[in-house]
Amino acid sequence: MSGLLDDAARRLRSNPGAMCAMFVVAGLVALALFGPWFNPNGSETLDWLHVASQPALQSAHWFGTDRLGRDLFARTLEGTRVSLAVGAVASAVSLAVGIAYGAVAGYVGGRTDHVMMRVIEILSGLPLIFFVIFLTVIFGRSEYLLFLSIGAVGWLTMARIVRGQTLSIRRREFIEAAVASGAGTARIIVKHVIPNVIGPVVVYATLTVPQIIMFESFLSFLGLGIQEPHASLGTLIAEGAGEMEAAPWILLVPGGFLAVLLLALNIFGDGLRDALDVKER
Amino acid sequence: MAPVLSIEDLTVSFSQPDRSIFAVRQVSLAVAARECVAIVGESGSGKTQIFMAAMGLLAGNAAAQGSVRFEGSETLGAPAPRLNRIRGSKLTMVFQDPMTSLTPHLKIGIQLAEVLVCHAGKSWSEARIDARRMLERVRVPDPARRLNQYPHELSGGLRQRVTIGMSLLCEPLLVIADEPTTALDVTVQAQIIDLLRAMREEVGMALVLISHDLGVVAGLADRILVMYAGRIVESADSAELFRDPRHPYTAALLKCIPSLSGPRLERLPTLPGQPPQPSDLLDGCAFAPRCPRAAERCRVERPLLRDAGDAIDGGPDGTDNGGNAIENRSSAIENGGARRVACHFPLSP
Amino acid sequence: MLRYFLTRLAGAIPTLFIIVTIAFFLIRAAPGGPFDQEQTLPPEIMANLQRAYGLDQPIWAQYGRYLGALAHGDFGPSFKYKDFSVTELIGQGFPVTLELGSIAMALALILGIPIGTFAALHHNSAADYATMSLAVVGIAIPTFVVLPFLGLLFGIYWHWLPVAGWEPGSIRHLVLPVAALALPPLSVIARLTRANMLEVLHSQFIRTAVAKGLPLHTVILRHAMRPALLPVASYLAPAVASIMTGSLVVESIAGLPGIGRYMVQGALNRDYTLVLGMVIIYSTLLILMGLAVDLLYAWLDPRVKLER
Repeated sequence: MSGLLDDAARRLRSNPGAMCAMFVVAGLVALALFGPWFNPNGSETLDWLHVASQPALQSAHWFGTDRLGRDLFARTLEGTRVSLAVGAVASAVSLAVGIAYGAVAGYVGGRTDHVMMRVIEILSGLPLIFFVIFLTVIFGRSEYLLFLSIGAVGWLTMARIVRGQTLSIRRREFIEAAVASGAGTARIIVKHVIPNVIGPVVVYATLTVPQIIMFESFLSFLGLGIQEPHASLGTLIAEGAGEMEAAPWILLVPGGFLAVLLLALNIFGDGLRDALDVKER
Repeated sequence: MAPVLSIEDLTVSFSQPDRSIFAVRQVSLAVAARECVAIVGESGSGKTQIFMAAMGLLAGNAAAQGSVRFEGSETLGAPAPRLNRIRGSKLTMVFQDPMTSLTPHLKIGIQLAEVLVCHAGKSWSEARIDARRMLERVRVPDPARRLNQYPHELSGGLRQRVTIGMSLLCEPLLVIADEPTTALDVTVQAQIIDLLRAMREEVGMALVLISHDLGVVAGLADRILVMYAGRIVESADSAELFRDPRHPYTAALLKCIPSLSGPRLERLPTLPGQPPQPSDLLDGCAFAPRCPRAAERCRVERPLLRDAGDAIDGGPDGTDNGGNAIENRSSAIENGGARRVACHFPLSP
Repeated sequence: MLRYFLTRLAGAIPTLFIIVTIAFFLIRAAPGGPFDQEQTLPPEIMANLQRAYGLDQPIWAQYGRYLGALAHGDFGPSFKYKDFSVTELIGQGFPVTLELGSIAMALALILGIPIGTFAALHHNSAADYATMSLAVVGIAIPTFVVLPFLGLLFGIYWHWLPVAGWEPGSIRHLVLPVAALALPPLSVIARLTRANMLEVLHSQFIRTAVAKGLPLHTVILRHAMRPALLPVASYLAPAVASIMTGSLVVESIAGLPGIGRYMVQGALNRDYTLVLGMVIIYSTLLILMGLAVDLLYAWLDPRVKLER
């Protein structure tokens, strides 16, 4: 198992695009986390003297301000932090759900597996946004709903992958030994199956991060996600779209950040997938 | 009379990231009109790549040097439009596995008719009629129904008949058959060989038969060329080769053919060892590691292809008895039917 | 073939029924009601409103009424747009969304497939890398970023195209929204086509076609295209889903009066009947698309058809 990962790591290192993308992502994350220390402005401060001012390196606001005088750089960084945080948490949620679901389906097999996979099939075909909108109508806009629905983005693929991995190790000796020693199904799944499928699964989990971030931004953009006064990149872009004619930078700065972040994550993800899957060419 | 196909000093190499692989090394041969020449050798001996190069079908990372002339005009490196006038019409190829070499989603009728529409300028309806007639000629029963079927609806033998028919539609001058029976059942193999023989009589084309099995080519070939590790090691008229092989490799191949007459063997004789990898650079004779007659000279000096004549041993200076070194160049083409061998110690007649 | 289609259609109807039922009961079971956002009204007026919209009936009765109305194509009144019934809103908005979505889908196919084929034929060349890089961009960057950027460029800096708004029959207003909507599926289709075309071009039967002396365009179009497009056919249903999702954004930003915008508004306003109606419409569309793709698959690969 580790030999496989070493091989993959080597292939990844020799992919210039993917390595570059990785550094870009790391850079953006670092910027989001440590940027505020370099920026004298807070994201909530309203600077009435510089309402909707253009970006200028000499001025107090490097990337300009928005309609309320808030420093755009600070807001964008906060938005990036929120998007990244949501991405991480939701990824973890979808990972947990997906692993549990997939391991059970793969290990138990038979009818249960069949039914569980059918459910996944049906759910895969339906666009998630409609579920979310539906739930929003019922339960109103809330940020908990947001986390839940975003977590729902990734778990389907995760479950499929985990199930596949489980199927391939199901027949291995250590599983049979555990069965022979009288361990219960749940115990086997938790103590034996899951630790052994986690390796490649975690790697695949990183591939869902851009999807999740995109989905969160999408919801926030439509007004169904993060609510005022918190900002995520999605809400900032929505603001910017409204100010396009008068103050285009309000759109361009967060939009640019999101675009670069997603692009880099996707390129890195592609590189990762290529490195892991030898058959891809 | 000028040969239909003449190949001079052909070398085919494949470039990989770390090395070059030579599949064909300095091969010269000629095929005269109406002649049937068999090229025999193990897989990896280069026999197929010669004709891939001839037809312009080499893979992207392959390079070919030398000369291949069909009816006098050079095909190596020729631009696609010029090649497309010859191939499929006057120079055609029958491939090994008819299941994968026919397009799965097109009906048989279309795959046949398109050759005529493209090369003979016929209309689709005319071409279909001709296609049906060809199916009859290659003994496909119920041809009208078969025209409307897909390749996976036909048996292996029928598919190969279709492929052979496809190669004959435009009255070619030369048909190259690459292992035409290998993918088929033994019982069907004989039928296909018979078919090829019958078609040769009817159409009168020259035929190149590529095979790893001497037994398959026995009844059909006029002349046989034996290849090993990318080079021709022996060439002779068919009957002579079987009666009186000169190269140790040929002799070993012949021993491998199970025969109905003769003593019943406990085990079929096999050749020990493996042929060299195409990427190996060879000093001396490529067959030396496996040759029961190999001597020190064989490992050091590569034997050239020379006239065997009645000589038991070629001269030490690489010439035949008459002092003529004939490995490459035009004599290979002029003396098409001559007896040749590339060995320092050929077997005695 | 027809029989296959009808059996599949018959199988789809129960699915739709289940969706409608679940949706209906979920909505009714939700906390809060459609009038909660209004200022608090005196109880008698609330009761009148409830009666007017049939909300005072037992839930089964409401369900029955809804299904009955549905059978007549009546989705009920919109709770927010007081003067309109949902059916009317759908009737107004659907053609717009349909136009937008189908042009985008067509564009994605008409451009994506040739671009992918071109890239495959010029494998590893500069053109190949360039187009595939653009494809990555098209997939990674979300529509709600692309459309404003496009609007900024073409609408505000260069004044070529209108940024938002819509007039019936106007093409200029559709250019940017369609472009933004078509970009992601176009990129995916181009990538898929390229990958599959590359694989198919290495098949034995392509070698035979070339050996037959057929010109390149015949080899590609007649022999290579169909097997290469099979995976693209599989992608069609997700492509439609992606376009549906994208239309919500595009219509909202560009101010196009389609059902996508109503969907978003309905969510923000908690307009039950509107959202319910939208869910039904979208589900139906998706199911029909799934059917269409199955049929397409059967046509593309004769081995599938003959197994029926």
